[in-house]
Amino acid sequence: MRKNQVLEKAIHGIFLLLGLITVGCVLLITIYLVISGIPAIREIGLWDFLLGKQWASTAAEPKYGILPFILTSIYGTAGAIAIGVPIGFMTAVYLSKLAPTKVKSAMQNAVSLLAGIPSVVYGLVGMLVLVPGIRKVFNVPDGASLLAAIIVLAIMILPSIIKMSITALDAVPKEYEDASLALGATPIETYFKVSVPAAKSGIATAVVLGVGRAIGEAMAVMMVAGNVPNMPDSLFQSVRFLTTAVSSEMAYSSGLQQQALFSIALVLFLFIMLINATLNFFLKREKE
Amino acid sequence: MSGIITAKDMCLWYGNHKALNNVSIEISEKSITALIGPSGCGKSTFLKTLNRMNDLIPGVKITGDIRYGGMDIFSGEVDVNNLRKEIGMVFQKPNPFPMSIYDNVAYGPRTHGVTNKVELDGIVEQALRDAAIWDEVKDRLKKNALGMSGGQQQRLCIARALAVKPKILLMDEPTSALDPISTSKIEELVVEFKEKYTIVMVTHNMQQAVRVSDYTAFFLHGELIEFDKTDSIFSQPKDQRTEDYITGRFG
Repeated sequence: MRKNQVLEKAIHGIFLLLGLITVGCVLLITIYLVISGIPAIREIGLWDFLLGKQWASTAAEPKYGILPFILTSIYGTAGAIAIGVPIGFMTAVYLSKLAPTKVKSAMQNAVSLLAGIPSVVYGLVGMLVLVPGIRKVFNVPDGASLLAAIIVLAIMILPSIIKMSITALDAVPKEYEDASLALGATPIETYFKVSVPAAKSGIATAVVLGVGRAIGEAMAVMMVAGNVPNMPDSLFQSVRFLTTAVSSEMAYSSGLQQQALFSIALVLFLFIMLINATLNFFLKREKE
Repeated sequence: MSGIITAKDMCLWYGNHKALNNVSIEISEKSITALIGPSGCGKSTFLKTLNRMNDLIPGVKITGDIRYGGMDIFSGEVDVNNLRKEIGMVFQKPNPFPMSIYDNVAYGPRTHGVTNKVELDGIVEQALRDAAIWDEVKDRLKKNALGMSGGQQQRLCIARALAVKPKILLMDEPTSALDPISTSKIEELVVEFKEKYTIVMVTHNMQQAVRVSDYTAFFLHGELIEFDKTDSIFSQPKDQRTEDYITGRFG
């Protein structure tokens, strides 16, 4: 009897310990990022760092302004959302409400596959197809641009948007739809006026998940965006994202330059924390 | 007897299962018809055939003839959305939309093209008054309908059905999920409705059928066993099976 109790407690302890690994990692990363990100910001000055338009980390007189990266990340994400959300949302409505069972399962498999493709493959295909395509279609000197990154990101966020939206739409009680149909509304009217509003917080969650995926992506955008620290003045500008700003210089950086890269990571981290907070807000509302 | 709905030799299959067998009935205008019978006897299935809600279930096959105002409801010329506008439905479980009380009632008229705010306000108020719930909700029309009690929700659903100005109201056990007080409120309403609407109501509750209905149809194993004036059915049933059921020997 007592032996059993001891064993129970020991196993409880082990589970707790395993759970703490995750929490510990989050804490460790947060603390590490804050500690290593603050010094460079102190030295450069918060506003010069955040709002400086020029990044020239290896120049004789180095400049550490990350506004180009911040804006590029925001524009890139916003563009991906603007393209990906309507496509993903409509696909979800189709798959959840309209598609015959066979089409639904085939298309859902395709969506899952899309989610499983590694981002380097997206980048590769983008590099070989999209970049030359943009160069030809728009007749610009270089296709590696903000536009190419937006398109790649839009495709990459499709699976999370579609899956999450389908879950939300499938969960709408059939009684709501029956009530609408019984009032003489057509199926399409019913889906858009009753089902979608009833699923709106789930769909909002899907959008936020998409934002998170887009803003955190590094590999694929590094390969198609040109990776030059320009201000994103036009869709055809070669640009660098917050993520790629860190990954492209880390290997050879030192001193203040390296510290500044940590500061960029800290900014990115704060962005993602903000997105997570938004996500939690929607999930909580969903539960209520 | 002027039949606003007539069914003749109607059969219905769910896949291979025959749920209704040769049902013939004539439902007269501005009367209350109760459909009674044990669970699974086909009474709800029959009700849902009248506004073609059964069309939505995959694998359903229907034969025979159902006419509404003389028109075959399954003919290609019938606009099913228009049919459902004229033949409204109240469901077993109160199912208001997760929207405001006002938007729930306005949903139908809006769907059918009413956009004028004043006109819409008028329709909403009248429907809520007709469903005897106006006084309870007039100060919180913008509040979410899901915050109401079950009985209020069901009367809201009735108001929502009335707002599209139907001619017939199909009610599928409208009080089975409600407490006795809410039930009697709805029964009172249904009796009042007789002046304006034709009511077809499925009920599990035989006292309810006696209290409110003019005609009663008794279903068993997918067949219409007996259909007559409610008084006659309950005082002198012609079929032994009807008698057994209403005296509580099975069901």
